[in-house]
Amino acid sequence: MDSVADTRTIELRVNGKAYSRPAPVRMTLSDFLRHELKLTGTHVGCEHGVCGACTILFDGRSARSCLMLAVQANGHEITTVEGLANGKDMHPLQAALSDHHGLQCGFCTPGMLTTLVELLNDNPSPSAEDVRVAISGNLCRCTGYEGIVAATLDAAQKMRAGAGGRS
Amino acid sequence: MKPPPFSYHDPETLEQAVELLATLDNAKALAGGQSLMPMLNMRFVLPDHVVDLNRVSELSGIRRNGQTIEIGAMTRQRDLEFSSEIATACPLMSEALTHVGHRQTRNRGTIGGSLCHLDPAAELVCVAAALDAVVEVVGPNGRREIPFAEFPAGYMSPAIDFTELVSRVTFPVWPRETGHAFVEFSRRHGDFAIVSAAAMLLLDGAGRVSRAVLALGGVGAVPLRMHDVEAALIGQAPTAELIRRVSETCRTVEAVGDVYVPASYRQHLACVMSRRALETALSRADRSAAAA
Repeated sequence: MDSVADTRTIELRVNGKAYSRPAPVRMTLSDFLRHELKLTGTHVGCEHGVCGACTILFDGRSARSCLMLAVQANGHEITTVEGLANGKDMHPLQAALSDHHGLQCGFCTPGMLTTLVELLNDNPSPSAEDVRVAISGNLCRCTGYEGIVAATLDAAQKMRAGAGGRS
Repeated sequence: MKPPPFSYHDPETLEQAVELLATLDNAKALAGGQSLMPMLNMRFVLPDHVVDLNRVSELSGIRRNGQTIEIGAMTRQRDLEFSSEIATACPLMSEALTHVGHRQTRNRGTIGGSLCHLDPAAELVCVAAALDAVVEVVGPNGRREIPFAEFPAGYMSPAIDFTELVSRVTFPVWPRETGHAFVEFSRRHGDFAIVSAAAMLLLDGAGRVSRAVLALGGVGAVPLRMHDVEAALIGQAPTAELIRRVSETCRTVEAVGDVYVPASYRQHLACVMSRRALETALSRADRSAAAA
Protein backbone atom coordinates (compact mmCIF):
# COMPACT_ATOMS: atom_id res chain seq x y z
CA MET A 1 0.00 0.00 0.00
CA ASP A 2 1.37 3.39 -0.98
CA SER A 3 -0.64 5.48 1.43
CA VAL A 4 2.24 7.82 2.28
CA ALA A 5 2.45 8.79 -1.36
CA ASP A 6 -1.32 9.00 -1.72
CA THR A 7 -1.88 12.40 -3.32
CA ARG A 8 -4.67 14.07 -5.21
CA THR A 9 -4.94 17.17 -7.32
CA ILE A 10 -7.06 19.71 -5.53
CA GLU A 11 -8.96 22.31 -7.51
CA LEU A 12 -10.56 25.07 -5.51
CA ARG A 13 -11.14 28.80 -5.38
CA VAL A 14 -9.51 30.83 -2.64
CA ASN A 15 -10.47 34.49 -2.30
CA GLY A 16 -11.98 34.36 -5.78
CA LYS A 17 -8.86 32.95 -7.44
CA ALA A 18 -8.76 29.44 -8.92
CA TYR A 19 -5.95 27.12 -7.87
CA SER A 20 -5.01 23.58 -8.87
CA ARG A 21 -2.34 21.81 -6.81
CA PRO A 22 -1.45 18.24 -5.91
CA ALA A 23 -1.39 17.50 -2.19
CA PRO A 24 -1.05 14.45 0.04
CA VAL A 25 -4.54 13.31 1.09
CA ARG A 26 -3.58 13.51 4.74
CA MET A 27 -2.66 17.22 4.53
CA THR A 28 -4.92 19.52 6.51
CA LEU A 29 -6.58 22.43 4.74
CA SER A 30 -4.70 24.86 7.01
CA ASP A 31 -1.32 23.44 5.96
CA PHE A 32 -2.41 23.40 2.32
CA LEU A 33 -3.32 27.09 2.42
CA ARG A 34 -0.08 28.05 4.15
CA HIS A 35 2.50 25.72 2.60
CA GLU A 36 1.15 25.01 -0.87
CA LEU A 37 -0.71 28.23 -1.69
CA LYS A 38 1.61 30.39 0.46
CA LEU A 39 -1.38 32.13 2.01
CA THR A 40 0.12 32.45 5.46
CA GLY A 41 -2.56 34.79 6.81
CA THR A 42 -4.42 31.77 8.16
CA HIS A 43 -2.68 30.97 11.44
CA VAL A 44 -2.25 27.54 12.96
CA GLY A 45 -2.41 27.40 16.73
CA CYS A 46 -3.57 24.28 18.51
CA GLU A 47 -4.26 22.00 15.52
CA HIS A 48 -7.11 20.30 17.33
CA GLY A 49 -9.98 22.70 16.90
CA VAL A 50 -9.81 24.61 20.16
CA CYS A 51 -8.07 27.95 19.52
CA GLY A 52 -9.94 29.17 16.41
CA ALA A 53 -6.88 30.88 14.85
CA CYS A 54 -7.18 28.81 11.64
CA THR A 55 -10.85 29.69 11.04
CA ILE A 56 -11.64 30.25 7.35
CA LEU A 57 -14.92 30.57 5.45
CA PHE A 58 -15.79 27.36 3.61
CA ASP A 59 -18.53 28.08 1.06
CA GLY A 60 -19.29 31.15 3.18
CA ARG A 61 -19.49 29.28 6.49
CA SER A 62 -16.86 29.51 9.19
CA ALA A 63 -14.87 26.34 9.78
CA ARG A 64 -11.66 25.22 11.44
CA SER A 65 -9.20 24.65 8.61
CA CYS A 66 -7.07 22.43 10.89
CA LEU A 67 -10.06 20.07 11.19
CA MET A 68 -10.49 19.61 7.46
CA LEU A 69 -8.42 17.79 4.90
CA ALA A 70 -7.29 19.83 1.93
CA VAL A 71 -8.78 17.18 -0.34
CA GLN A 72 -12.21 17.94 1.15
CA ALA A 73 -11.97 21.46 -0.26
CA ASN A 74 -11.82 20.14 -3.83
CA GLY A 75 -14.45 22.00 -5.82
CA HIS A 76 -15.25 24.40 -2.99
CA GLU A 77 -14.86 28.13 -2.32
CA ILE A 78 -12.62 29.35 0.51
CA THR A 79 -12.22 32.81 1.96
CA THR A 80 -9.20 33.54 4.12
CA VAL A 81 -8.19 36.73 5.89
CA GLU A 82 -6.29 37.75 2.73
CA GLY A 83 -9.62 37.94 0.91
CA LEU A 84 -11.34 40.42 3.20
CA ALA A 85 -9.74 43.71 2.14
CA ASN A 86 -10.60 45.34 -1.16
CA GLY A 87 -7.15 46.18 -2.48
CA LYS A 88 -5.65 48.64 -0.02
CA ASP A 89 -9.05 49.37 1.54
CA MET A 90 -9.48 47.37 4.69
CA HIS A 91 -12.73 45.58 5.41
CA PRO A 92 -14.74 47.71 7.91
CA LEU A 93 -14.08 45.06 10.56
CA GLN A 94 -10.34 45.25 9.97
CA ALA A 95 -10.41 49.05 10.21
CA ALA A 96 -12.49 48.88 13.39
CA LEU A 97 -10.12 46.39 15.02
CA SER A 98 -7.31 48.84 14.37
CA ASP A 99 -9.32 51.77 15.77
CA HIS A 100 -10.42 49.92 18.93
CA HIS A 101 -7.19 48.13 19.86
CA GLY A 102 -8.83 44.89 18.82
CA LEU A 103 -5.49 43.23 18.20
CA GLN A 104 -2.08 43.24 19.74
CA CYS A 105 0.13 40.33 18.64
CA GLY A 106 -2.30 39.51 15.84
CA PHE A 107 -2.11 35.75 16.11
CA CYS A 108 -5.83 35.22 16.73
CA THR A 109 -6.90 38.02 14.38
CA PRO A 110 -7.39 36.05 11.12
CA GLY A 111 -9.74 33.64 12.92
CA MET A 112 -11.53 36.46 14.73
CA LEU A 113 -12.08 38.29 11.44
CA THR A 114 -13.44 35.34 9.46
CA THR A 115 -15.69 34.36 12.36
CA LEU A 116 -17.02 37.89 12.75
CA VAL A 117 -17.52 38.38 9.00
CA GLU A 118 -19.85 35.38 9.12
CA LEU A 119 -21.63 36.83 12.17
CA LEU A 120 -22.22 40.18 10.46
CA ASN A 121 -23.39 38.47 7.26
CA ASP A 122 -25.96 36.50 9.28
CA ASN A 123 -26.84 39.26 11.73
CA PRO A 124 -26.05 42.87 10.71
CA SER A 125 -27.19 44.20 14.11
CA PRO A 126 -25.63 41.96 16.76
CA SER A 127 -25.71 42.72 20.46
CA ALA A 128 -22.51 42.66 22.50
CA GLU A 129 -23.70 39.29 23.83
CA ASP A 130 -24.12 37.96 20.28
CA VAL A 131 -20.54 39.01 19.51
CA ARG A 132 -19.22 37.33 22.65
CA VAL A 133 -21.02 34.09 21.80
CA ALA A 134 -19.73 34.26 18.21
CA ILE A 135 -16.10 34.53 19.32
CA SER A 136 -16.44 32.03 22.17
CA GLY A 137 -14.51 29.59 19.99
CA ASN A 138 -11.62 31.99 19.34
CA LEU A 139 -8.91 32.36 21.95
CA CYS A 140 -7.09 35.66 22.31
CA ARG A 141 -4.39 35.93 24.95
CA CYS A 142 -3.58 39.65 24.78
CA THR A 143 -6.36 42.12 24.02
CA GLY A 144 -8.81 40.83 26.61
CA TYR A 145 -11.64 40.70 24.02
CA GLU A 146 -13.16 44.06 25.02
CA GLY A 147 -11.62 45.86 22.05
CA ILE A 148 -12.73 43.10 19.70
CA VAL A 149 -16.34 43.35 20.87
CA ALA A 150 -16.30 47.16 20.65
CA ALA A 151 -14.75 47.01 17.17
CA THR A 152 -17.37 44.56 15.93
CA LEU A 153 -20.26 46.70 17.17
CA ASP A 154 -18.68 49.77 15.58
CA ALA A 155 -18.06 47.97 12.28
CA ALA A 156 -21.61 46.65 12.26
CA GLN A 157 -22.97 50.15 12.74
CA LYS A 158 -20.74 51.55 9.96
CA MET A 159 -21.66 48.71 7.61
CA ARG A 160 -25.37 49.27 8.24
CA ALA A 161 -24.97 52.99 7.59
CA GLY A 162 -22.93 52.24 4.46
CA ALA A 163 -25.46 49.77 3.12
CA GLY A 164 -28.35 52.17 3.77
CA GLY A 165 -26.53 55.31 2.64
CA ARG A 166 -24.56 54.52 -0.48
CA SER A 167 -25.56 51.23 -2.04
CA MET B 1 0.30 17.40 15.08
CA LYS B 2 -0.27 16.12 11.54
CA PRO B 3 -2.55 13.24 10.56
CA PRO B 4 -0.81 9.88 10.04
CA PRO B 5 -0.65 8.47 6.50
CA PHE B 6 -3.83 6.86 5.18
CA SER B 7 -5.61 6.17 1.93
CA TYR B 8 -8.58 8.40 1.23
CA HIS B 9 -11.93 7.37 -0.23
CA ASP B 10 -14.82 9.69 -0.95
CA PRO B 11 -17.83 7.66 -2.06
CA GLU B 12 -20.92 9.37 -3.45
CA THR B 13 -23.52 6.85 -2.35
CA LEU B 14 -24.32 5.04 0.88
CA GLU B 15 -24.00 1.74 -0.96
CA GLN B 16 -20.44 2.58 -2.02
CA ALA B 17 -19.57 3.74 1.51
CA VAL B 18 -20.86 0.51 3.05
CA GLU B 19 -18.99 -1.52 0.44
CA LEU B 20 -15.73 0.30 1.26
CA LEU B 21 -16.13 -0.17 5.01
CA ALA B 22 -16.92 -3.85 4.51
CA THR B 23 -13.90 -4.55 2.32
CA LEU B 24 -11.12 -2.28 3.62
CA ASP B 25 -9.06 -3.22 6.66
CA ASN B 26 -8.76 -0.74 9.50
CA ALA B 27 -11.01 1.85 7.86
CA LYS B 28 -12.56 4.80 9.66
CA ALA B 29 -15.62 6.74 8.52
CA LEU B 30 -15.13 10.53 8.46
CA ALA B 31 -18.29 12.56 9.11
CA GLY B 32 -17.99 16.23 10.13
CA GLY B 33 -14.45 15.67 11.37
CA GLN B 34 -14.80 17.73 14.55
CA SER B 35 -13.72 14.78 16.70
CA LEU B 36 -11.95 12.44 14.25
CA MET B 37 -9.70 15.17 12.81
CA PRO B 38 -8.29 16.20 16.23
CA MET B 39 -7.82 12.50 16.99
CA LEU B 40 -5.95 12.07 13.70
CA ASN B 41 -3.87 15.21 14.30
CA MET B 42 -2.94 13.92 17.76
CA ARG B 43 -2.51 10.40 16.37
CA PHE B 44 -4.92 8.87 18.83
CA VAL B 45 -6.26 6.91 15.85
CA LEU B 46 -4.18 5.39 13.06
CA PRO B 47 -6.52 4.21 10.31
CA ASP B 48 -5.19 2.72 7.08
CA HIS B 49 -8.20 4.07 5.22
CA VAL B 50 -10.44 7.09 5.73
CA VAL B 51 -13.88 6.85 4.15
CA ASP B 52 -15.17 10.41 3.84
CA LEU B 53 -18.99 10.58 3.95
CA ASN B 54 -19.24 14.26 3.06
CA ARG B 55 -20.20 13.61 -0.57
CA VAL B 56 -22.94 11.11 0.33
CA SER B 57 -25.81 13.54 -0.07
CA GLU B 58 -28.52 10.95 0.68
CA LEU B 59 -27.30 10.93 4.31
CA SER B 60 -28.39 14.54 4.92
CA GLY B 61 -31.81 15.92 5.63
CA ILE B 62 -34.57 16.50 8.15
CA ARG B 63 -37.99 14.99 7.55
CA ARG B 64 -41.12 15.10 9.69
CA ASN B 65 -42.99 11.84 9.39
CA GLY B 66 -46.18 12.00 11.46
CA GLN B 67 -45.23 11.62 15.10
CA THR B 68 -41.52 11.17 14.41
CA ILE B 69 -38.78 13.30 12.98
CA GLU B 70 -36.11 11.58 10.90
CA ILE B 71 -32.65 13.08 10.63
CA GLY B 72 -29.99 11.90 8.19
CA ALA B 73 -26.74 11.02 9.92
CA MET B 74 -24.70 13.60 7.99
CA THR B 75 -27.06 16.48 8.79
CA ARG B 76 -24.91 19.31 10.15
CA GLN B 77 -25.49 20.51 13.70
CA ARG B 78 -25.84 24.00 12.28
CA ASP B 79 -28.70 22.93 10.03
CA LEU B 80 -30.44 21.32 13.01
CA GLU B 81 -29.86 24.46 15.11
CA PHE B 82 -31.57 26.70 12.55
CA SER B 83 -34.28 24.25 11.46
CA SER B 84 -37.82 25.45 12.16
CA GLU B 85 -38.92 21.82 11.87
CA ILE B 86 -36.60 20.84 14.72
CA ALA B 87 -37.60 23.90 16.77
CA THR B 88 -41.24 22.81 16.53
CA ALA B 89 -40.92 19.04 16.76
CA CYS B 90 -37.87 18.71 18.99
CA PRO B 91 -37.23 21.93 20.95
CA LEU B 92 -35.05 20.02 23.43
CA MET B 93 -32.55 19.44 20.63
CA SER B 94 -32.62 23.09 19.54
CA GLU B 95 -31.81 24.16 23.07
CA ALA B 96 -29.07 21.56 23.48
CA LEU B 97 -27.39 22.57 20.21
CA THR B 98 -26.55 26.06 21.47
CA HIS B 99 -24.17 24.33 23.90
CA VAL B 100 -22.49 22.15 21.25
CA GLY B 101 -18.99 23.53 20.64
CA HIS B 102 -19.03 26.76 18.65
CA ARG B 103 -20.52 28.07 15.43
CA GLN B 104 -17.38 27.05 13.52
CA THR B 105 -17.61 23.45 14.73
CA ARG B 106 -21.42 23.20 14.36
CA ASN B 107 -21.05 24.30 10.73
CA ARG B 108 -19.21 21.01 10.09
CA GLY B 109 -20.20 18.66 12.92
CA THR B 110 -22.98 16.15 12.25
CA ILE B 111 -25.55 14.38 14.39
CA GLY B 112 -24.40 10.91 13.29
CA GLY B 113 -20.78 11.75 14.00
CA SER B 114 -21.63 13.00 17.47
CA LEU B 115 -23.66 9.88 18.32
CA CYS B 116 -20.96 7.51 17.01
CA HIS B 117 -18.18 9.34 18.83
CA LEU B 118 -20.43 8.88 21.88
CA ASP B 119 -18.67 11.22 24.25
CA PRO B 120 -20.69 10.89 27.48
CA ALA B 121 -20.61 14.69 27.85
CA ALA B 122 -21.92 15.34 24.31
CA GLU B 123 -25.21 17.20 24.21
CA LEU B 124 -26.76 15.34 21.27
CA VAL B 125 -25.96 12.03 22.96
CA CYS B 126 -27.85 13.20 26.06
CA VAL B 127 -30.79 14.33 23.91
CA ALA B 128 -30.90 10.98 22.10
CA ALA B 129 -30.93 9.19 25.47
CA ALA B 130 -33.66 11.48 26.82
CA LEU B 131 -35.95 11.08 23.83
CA ASP B 132 -35.39 7.35 23.21
CA ALA B 133 -34.12 7.99 19.70
CA VAL B 134 -33.85 5.09 17.29
CA VAL B 135 -30.58 4.75 15.40
CA GLU B 136 -30.68 3.16 11.96
CA VAL B 137 -27.45 1.51 10.83
CA VAL B 138 -26.55 0.10 7.45
CA GLY B 139 -23.99 -2.65 6.90
CA PRO B 140 -23.17 -5.46 4.52
CA ASN B 141 -26.17 -7.40 5.87
CA GLY B 142 -28.63 -4.58 5.31
CA ARG B 143 -30.36 -2.14 7.64
CA ARG B 144 -31.25 -2.53 11.29
CA GLU B 145 -32.63 -0.24 13.96
CA ILE B 146 -31.14 0.15 17.43
CA PRO B 147 -33.09 1.76 20.30
CA PHE B 148 -30.79 4.36 21.83
CA ALA B 149 -30.90 2.62 25.23
CA GLU B 150 -28.98 -0.22 23.56
CA PHE B 151 -26.73 1.98 21.42
CA PRO B 152 -23.87 2.62 23.89
CA ALA B 153 -21.82 -0.56 24.41
CA GLY B 154 -19.51 1.26 26.79
CA TYR B 155 -17.43 4.40 27.14
CA MET B 156 -17.27 6.09 23.71
CA SER B 157 -18.18 2.80 22.04
CA PRO B 158 -21.39 2.45 20.03
CA ALA B 159 -22.84 -1.05 19.70
CA ILE B 160 -22.28 -1.20 15.96
CA ASP B 161 -19.88 -3.26 13.88
CA PHE B 162 -16.81 -1.74 12.18
CA THR B 163 -18.48 -2.48 8.86
CA GLU B 164 -21.67 -0.59 9.76
CA LEU B 165 -22.58 3.06 9.33
CA VAL B 166 -25.21 5.09 11.12
CA SER B 167 -27.53 6.29 8.37
CA ARG B 168 -30.43 7.94 10.18
CA VAL B 169 -31.65 8.90 13.64
CA THR B 170 -35.36 9.03 14.42
CA PHE B 171 -36.81 11.03 17.31
CA PRO B 172 -40.38 10.74 18.60
CA VAL B 173 -42.30 14.04 18.62
CA TRP B 174 -43.79 14.88 22.02
CA PRO B 175 -47.08 16.79 22.36
CA ARG B 176 -46.85 20.55 21.94
CA GLU B 177 -47.88 21.03 25.61
CA THR B 178 -44.71 19.32 26.87
CA GLY B 179 -42.21 21.38 28.83
CA HIS B 180 -38.58 20.76 27.90
CA ALA B 181 -35.24 21.91 29.26
CA PHE B 182 -31.58 21.31 28.51
CA VAL B 183 -29.10 22.74 31.01
CA GLU B 184 -25.43 22.13 31.54
CA PHE B 185 -22.53 23.22 33.68
CA SER B 186 -19.18 23.86 32.03
CA ARG B 187 -16.33 26.18 32.86
CA ARG B 188 -16.67 28.17 29.64
CA HIS B 189 -19.34 28.43 26.97
CA GLY B 190 -18.77 25.71 24.39
CA ASP B 191 -16.58 23.53 26.61
CA PHE B 192 -17.54 19.94 27.24
CA ALA B 193 -20.21 19.78 29.91
CA ILE B 194 -19.04 18.60 33.31
CA VAL B 195 -22.67 17.60 33.85
CA SER B 196 -25.67 18.20 31.61
CA ALA B 197 -29.35 17.42 32.19
CA ALA B 198 -32.25 17.03 29.78
CA ALA B 199 -35.83 16.99 31.07
CA MET B 200 -39.28 16.60 29.52
CA LEU B 201 -42.50 16.99 31.49
CA LEU B 202 -46.07 16.53 30.25
CA LEU B 203 -48.99 17.36 32.54
CA ASP B 204 -52.52 15.96 32.47
CA GLY B 205 -55.73 17.99 32.77
CA ALA B 206 -55.54 17.86 36.55
CA GLY B 207 -52.03 19.29 36.54
CA ARG B 208 -50.33 16.03 37.44
CA VAL B 209 -47.31 14.66 35.62
CA SER B 210 -48.36 12.18 32.94
CA ARG B 211 -45.00 11.71 31.22
CA ALA B 212 -41.55 12.51 32.55
CA VAL B 213 -37.99 12.13 31.31
CA LEU B 214 -34.70 12.97 32.96
CA ALA B 215 -31.33 12.19 31.35
CA LEU B 216 -27.87 13.11 32.60
CA GLY B 217 -24.76 13.60 30.48
CA GLY B 218 -21.14 13.78 31.62
CA VAL B 219 -21.80 11.90 34.87
CA GLY B 220 -20.99 8.33 33.89
CA ALA B 221 -19.24 6.48 31.09
CA VAL B 222 -22.46 6.59 29.08
CA PRO B 223 -25.47 8.95 29.23
CA LEU B 224 -27.81 8.01 32.06
CA ARG B 225 -31.60 7.87 32.15
CA MET B 226 -32.87 8.46 35.69
CA HIS B 227 -35.77 6.01 35.56
CA ASP B 228 -36.39 6.15 39.34
CA VAL B 229 -36.80 9.93 39.18
CA GLU B 230 -39.15 9.63 36.22
CA ALA B 231 -41.27 7.02 38.04
CA ALA B 232 -41.37 9.17 41.19
CA LEU B 233 -42.77 12.11 39.20
CA ILE B 234 -45.45 10.34 37.17
CA GLY B 235 -48.95 10.70 38.59
CA GLN B 236 -47.84 13.36 41.07
CA ALA B 237 -48.55 17.06 41.33
CA PRO B 238 -45.16 18.60 40.43
CA THR B 239 -44.57 20.82 43.43
CA ALA B 240 -41.27 22.59 44.06
CA GLU B 241 -40.82 20.31 47.06
CA LEU B 242 -41.29 17.16 44.96
CA ILE B 243 -38.81 18.35 42.33
CA ARG B 244 -36.30 19.16 45.05
CA ARG B 245 -36.75 15.75 46.64
CA VAL B 246 -36.45 13.70 43.43
CA SER B 247 -33.47 15.75 42.25
CA GLU B 248 -31.75 15.09 45.56
CA THR B 249 -31.80 11.35 44.80
CA CYS B 250 -29.44 12.06 41.85
CA ARG B 251 -26.73 12.81 44.43
CA THR B 252 -26.16 9.07 44.84
CA VAL B 253 -25.80 8.35 41.11
CA GLU B 254 -22.64 6.46 40.20
CA ALA B 255 -20.27 9.10 38.81
CA VAL B 256 -16.82 9.06 37.25
CA GLY B 257 -13.98 11.16 38.65
CA ASP B 258 -10.91 12.51 36.88
CA VAL B 259 -7.96 14.75 37.71
CA TYR B 260 -10.06 17.91 37.26
CA VAL B 261 -13.45 16.87 38.58
CA PRO B 262 -13.89 14.42 41.47
CA ALA B 263 -16.86 12.05 41.33
CA SER B 264 -18.44 13.73 44.38
CA TYR B 265 -18.57 17.05 42.51
CA ARG B 266 -20.26 15.41 39.52
CA GLN B 267 -22.81 13.91 41.93
CA HIS B 268 -23.47 17.34 43.41
CA LEU B 269 -23.90 18.80 39.89
CA ALA B 270 -26.16 15.88 38.92
CA CYS B 271 -28.47 16.93 41.72
CA VAL B 272 -28.36 20.67 40.92
CA MET B 273 -28.65 20.27 37.12
CA SER B 274 -31.54 17.82 37.50
CA ARG B 275 -33.45 20.28 39.67
CA ARG B 276 -32.83 23.18 37.28
CA ALA B 277 -33.84 21.11 34.25
CA LEU B 278 -37.03 19.86 35.89
CA GLU B 279 -37.96 23.32 37.19
CA THR B 280 -37.44 24.88 33.77
CA ALA B 281 -39.33 22.10 32.01
CA LEU B 282 -42.20 22.51 34.45
CA SER B 283 -42.32 26.28 33.90
CA ARG B 284 -42.64 25.64 30.15
CA ALA B 285 -45.24 22.85 30.39
CA ASP B 286 -48.72 23.91 29.33
CA ARG B 287 -50.90 23.44 32.39
CA SER B 288 -54.08 24.08 30.43
CA ALA B 289 -53.64 20.82 28.53
CA ALA B 290 -56.88 18.91 28.48
CA ALA B 291 -56.95 15.49 30.12
CA ALA B 292 -58.38 14.11 26.92
